[in-house]
Amino acid sequence: MPTSGSGDYHPGPVAIQPGGHGDPHAVHHPKLQHHFDDMAQQAEASTLGMWVFLVTEIMFFGGLFMAYIVYRYASPLGFEEASHELNLYLGAINTAVLICSSLTMALAVRAAQTNQSRGTQVGFLLVTMLFGFGFLGIKAYEYWEKFHVGHVPGPYFVWDGQYPHAAEQFYSLYFAMTGLHALHMIVGISIMTYITIMAWRRTYDAEYYTPVEVAGLYWHFVDIVWIFLFPLLYLIGGHY
Amino acid sequence: MDTITTTTGLNYLNNGYGLKSWLLTKDHKRIALLYLWSVTAFFALGGFFALLIRLELLTPAADLVQPETYNKLFTMHGVIMVFFFLIPSIPATLGNFLIPIMVGAKDLAFPRINLLSWYIYILGGLFTIVAAATGGIDTGWTFYVPYSTAASNSHVILAGLGVFITGFSSILTGLNFVVTVHRMRAPGLTWFRLPLFVWSHYATSLIMILGTPVIAITVLLVAVERGLHLGIFDPALGGDPILFQHLFWFYSHPAVYIMILPAMGVISEIVQAFARKNVFGYAFVAFSSLAIAIIGFLVWGHHLFVSGESTYAGLIFSILSFLVAIPSAVKVFNWTATIYKGSVSFESPMLYVFGFIGLFTIGGLTGLFLATMGLDVHVHDTYFVIAHFHYVMVGGAIMGYLGGIHYWWPKITGRMYPEGLAKFAALCVFVGFNLTFFPQFIVGYLGMPRRYAMYPEEFQVYNVLSTAGASVLGVGYLIPIIYLIWSLKNSPLAGPNPWGAKGLEWEIPSPPPTENFAVTPVVTQGTHQYAPSREVGIAH
Repeated sequence: MPTSGSGDYHPGPVAIQPGGHGDPHAVHHPKLQHHFDDMAQQAEASTLGMWVFLVTEIMFFGGLFMAYIVYRYASPLGFEEASHELNLYLGAINTAVLICSSLTMALAVRAAQTNQSRGTQVGFLLVTMLFGFGFLGIKAYEYWEKFHVGHVPGPYFVWDGQYPHAAEQFYSLYFAMTGLHALHMIVGISIMTYITIMAWRRTYDAEYYTPVEVAGLYWHFVDIVWIFLFPLLYLIGGHY
Repeated sequence: MDTITTTTGLNYLNNGYGLKSWLLTKDHKRIALLYLWSVTAFFALGGFFALLIRLELLTPAADLVQPETYNKLFTMHGVIMVFFFLIPSIPATLGNFLIPIMVGAKDLAFPRINLLSWYIYILGGLFTIVAAATGGIDTGWTFYVPYSTAASNSHVILAGLGVFITGFSSILTGLNFVVTVHRMRAPGLTWFRLPLFVWSHYATSLIMILGTPVIAITVLLVAVERGLHLGIFDPALGGDPILFQHLFWFYSHPAVYIMILPAMGVISEIVQAFARKNVFGYAFVAFSSLAIAIIGFLVWGHHLFVSGESTYAGLIFSILSFLVAIPSAVKVFNWTATIYKGSVSFESPMLYVFGFIGLFTIGGLTGLFLATMGLDVHVHDTYFVIAHFHYVMVGGAIMGYLGGIHYWWPKITGRMYPEGLAKFAALCVFVGFNLTFFPQFIVGYLGMPRRYAMYPEEFQVYNVLSTAGASVLGVGYLIPIIYLIWSLKNSPLAGPNPWGAKGLEWEIPSPPPTENFAVTPVVTQGTHQYAPSREVGIAH
């Protein structure tokens, strides 16, 4: 073996200190998973994990935003004309709905963090979900409207403006971007359902509220994506 | 420290039997083995397609298969080797097994997500296999539009979804590694005490996190475009195919570094163990991994020199591509300096290191040919490119993978492997590889284009050499599969540290217990102290 006879073997860098980290006799929180040392480490890992995941989400939506930049740069007037046909009021209402849902989400996290009753926690979560459903309902109505007037790209696309080509591209991006966003809303509502059930079972308190916080991070992210989508899709045609 | 485990003999392999204990495991070591079996299966499948390609190219005429079938063969070879073998190969097997141990943790930060990533990988693989079995795809692994949106058959959606799905397995692996390295390090294990294997996997994870979502949205848009006729990339629908190329290579060039960086981490470990020296310039090697990851994101435009990219954009991408060679060269020089005056022994993992350094150097330097705008026009889409990236991916990444598998096999299984056979296999791989791909540099430079089933007769001698080399290479891959399986029952026990190597993984029993460490280790110096530290040296 390689080390034999070398005569200068150095002991490894490890020193075991019983009673230090990982001492099996310490009392653990029931929600502490075996591979973490303490609740703080577990919470830090979970939130960092969600932040990293949100970075991947930014890159995921980033591809679509890149396509938007390229095509809008190619035909700015066509994009303005196409954007003019979107319902600005419904878009604005939906923006307000999502901002309110972010507020109630933040309040839900705070309710868990400050040991408030399960009624308060569940209440804020339910209102958040309600706003989410409201957003999706309005979005569905807008989609139906676009189907109705023939603004869905493909063989049945109808456009009587100056730039039918750019308009079709705009609506391709509109459906791809808002569709992907709506998909994220649906995932968000599913996560909220789980969190609400767990909150009803009194899972979350000041010592353990990471799942609420992490779900909240996701919810806020999906809201922020909409904050970018709204001006890029609805507001660019507003000035003529 | 291992009193409990030695008295009961309990380790991660015998701690529970039966299918369920494997398919529902949350132990990173068992998940690593699930990945090991799966990537080996995909490697065999991709290798089978390569075999058919080489057999077809033995003669100038398209006589073994029709050109249409040939297109499907090289597409499936590329898709399977890139997305289902090379990208998960080292990170998901060796990385999964070793990173928690190397940072002194009991597991990765998210064990359930780790298991989920394997299931996602298998699901994506099934989609791709179904696409291949029910008619195949002929777009090339690059899925270039409009081949993939207008010209090809509809299995593109299935294969595209396969790539999309498996991308999430890679994202989740990267996420798990990043959080583990940040939050799970043992007390005293500072960043600059980490093994270089961990540094290189950290850099790899950054690429997985930042790059993979972009390919995911890109292939998703191709699928949506085919299915719903949204005009994003297809010029017939008003899209821009060049945008597809930009988005595709924004991931797929950095993906090359997903393949090579983990191999570089493996090489950094092995070279220290068998030169019995600390690595030369630890911080430079560590930071060169990050530099490769960062600069690697800024070079994708060199794939578009002949796609109508502006000369100025091309110039910048060319300069940046030259820049990324610097951190790669730093590593090669530092490994060489590590070997210099080391007490080198030539066990089979070290043979792979020598192979890696030589072949990666050739692969890297020919990359500079391709980063040169004028020369690229001449060799673009020829066998020169094929030879270049196989020198990096096969000569680099797979050499590192095989070296790593051999080096850590005693740790993973608790048993040695037959060293004589291993040396012979390493020799087969090296000779076979060069015989396969070196002639392709020449025939490519002479003008033989890639992706054709037929070629002019004057190129036949190079292709015959190539096919002969591929056969030797195939034998070189087959032998380790046989003797490694054989070694599971028949080889002598390895003991905790058969190589006399340093690092936390060599201080626990082989195979490791399920919890890795009975007590969390407290680290008091760099984990790789082969030489006495300077203070101790003065005391001598």
